[in-house]
Amino acid sequence: MRAVLEGPEIGRALTRIAHEVLERTKGAEDVTLLGIPSRGAPLARRLAERIEQVESRTVPCGALDITMYRDDLHLAPARALGRTDIPAEGIDGRVVVLVDDVLFSGRTVRAALDALNDLGRPRAVQLAVLVDRGHRELPIRADYVGKNLPTSLRETVRVQLEETDGRDAVLLGPAGGQAAPAEALRRSAGNPGPGGESTGSEEEN
Amino acid sequence: MRHLLSTADLGHDEAVLILDTARELAQIGERSVKKLPTLRGRTVVNLFYEDSTRTRTSFELAAKRLSADVINFSAKGSSVAKGESLKDTALTLQAMGADGVVVRHGASGAAHRLANWVDGSVVNAGDGTHEHPTQALLDAYTMRERMGRLAGLRVAIVGDVLHSRVARSNVLLLHTLGAEVTLVAPPTLVPVSVGTWPCQVSYDLDEVLPKSDVVMMLRVQAERMNEAFFPTAREYSRRYGLDRDRFALMGEDAVVMHPGPMVRGMEISAEVADSPRATVTRQVANGVSVRMAVLYLLLGGSEPAIGQR
Repeated sequence: MRAVLEGPEIGRALTRIAHEVLERTKGAEDVTLLGIPSRGAPLARRLAERIEQVESRTVPCGALDITMYRDDLHLAPARALGRTDIPAEGIDGRVVVLVDDVLFSGRTVRAALDALNDLGRPRAVQLAVLVDRGHRELPIRADYVGKNLPTSLRETVRVQLEETDGRDAVLLGPAGGQAAPAEALRRSAGNPGPGGESTGSEEEN
Repeated sequence: MRHLLSTADLGHDEAVLILDTARELAQIGERSVKKLPTLRGRTVVNLFYEDSTRTRTSFELAAKRLSADVINFSAKGSSVAKGESLKDTALTLQAMGADGVVVRHGASGAAHRLANWVDGSVVNAGDGTHEHPTQALLDAYTMRERMGRLAGLRVAIVGDVLHSRVARSNVLLLHTLGAEVTLVAPPTLVPVSVGTWPCQVSYDLDEVLPKSDVVMMLRVQAERMNEAFFPTAREYSRRYGLDRDRFALMGEDAVVMHPGPMVRGMEISAEVADSPRATVTRQVANGVSVRMAVLYLLLGGSEPAIGQR
């Protein structure tokens, strides 16, 4: 697999997103960051740290697991759940920024919107992703994008993070075998390996 | 198809997966919308041949919180009362398209028989004096929640072990999870086969109490007793009941568990039952989370992720 983003570039992309969030939300008042496990959660924490450095304001930051809301549960054996950790102030009336590593079909975000619906009523929901690789299957777009990465459906995108994989990188690799995202779902049947080992555990949705 | 019939079917990783899944699902109980869409369109049948309030409602709530359709089928007032056999009832449920069958039956092995007759996943909710796996799972969950670990935990299970499906399921599961179990009972209430169980046996409660992190009291199942196992209830209570004096023998952090229903004044005194170190109501609350985890892992995917094939 070829690295398309290395550590420093990921850092700079996150710093830019942090500034964009501050700009768009006029100082990040009422903002709650929610990362989608597994790799969205550490990214959300990094964004929260950067916003704090810039604006000296703490931003509530948590994690939102979407496993139980997936539309492809019937395609694979039941998966292990990720951590859900909603900040104490809840999400009612907040501007929730969902954070994920790769935006692909948009199905993960669809599931996240459903999950939010059961947790409360945010004033607005925005989406930040490290990589947008295209090939949407639903009318969903990101508000903040680290890098637009034109890909073929055959290619796989893998994000590695210091917190989960020991290093920061976005890797682009050749075909994992199947083409469409719906196929990628089937391919990663079972639980996505923790070390980003399973091909495309992240970009599948 | 895979089923949950016995805790012996669960390997260490599977058991931990259930407990971890239950921990995440426990958060649902604290939200205003206590519902997940995960099992939408699936049908769970509660097939109860024995009276049960706690277990049946716990399974019903768990299935409903996962959006499954639930059918409660109790032996009283049904075709069973008219003489229908377990197999015919199973085939009826099968024809109705049940994805999961939660069964409680007075005969040991009933869940196992049922598993051969239906296409759906069978969850044993208590079969005679054999097993009650989800009770053991919720007990293990409660221990882990309270004590922070299971490996090396010293657990005493006290009372009517002979008639207890809870004891057997707990011994097998806790052994898998690395806890050390000691059964304490009058010699007449210890099963003959206990030598093959992965646990210690003692007849002296006072000696075991100070060495235990968790003390699980079992109800004396008078309804299953057709001969005399001890002279009088009073004598049993004096020797094997957990009263204030015995409670004082326990370590300061040790907890008291009871699968319910409790008989206050028999195996446990009211004072101990109401102590903050008794986890009885916590066990009930955890029961819903654990059963949600079991139903999700069995019915949530294309095929079950846990249990015996």
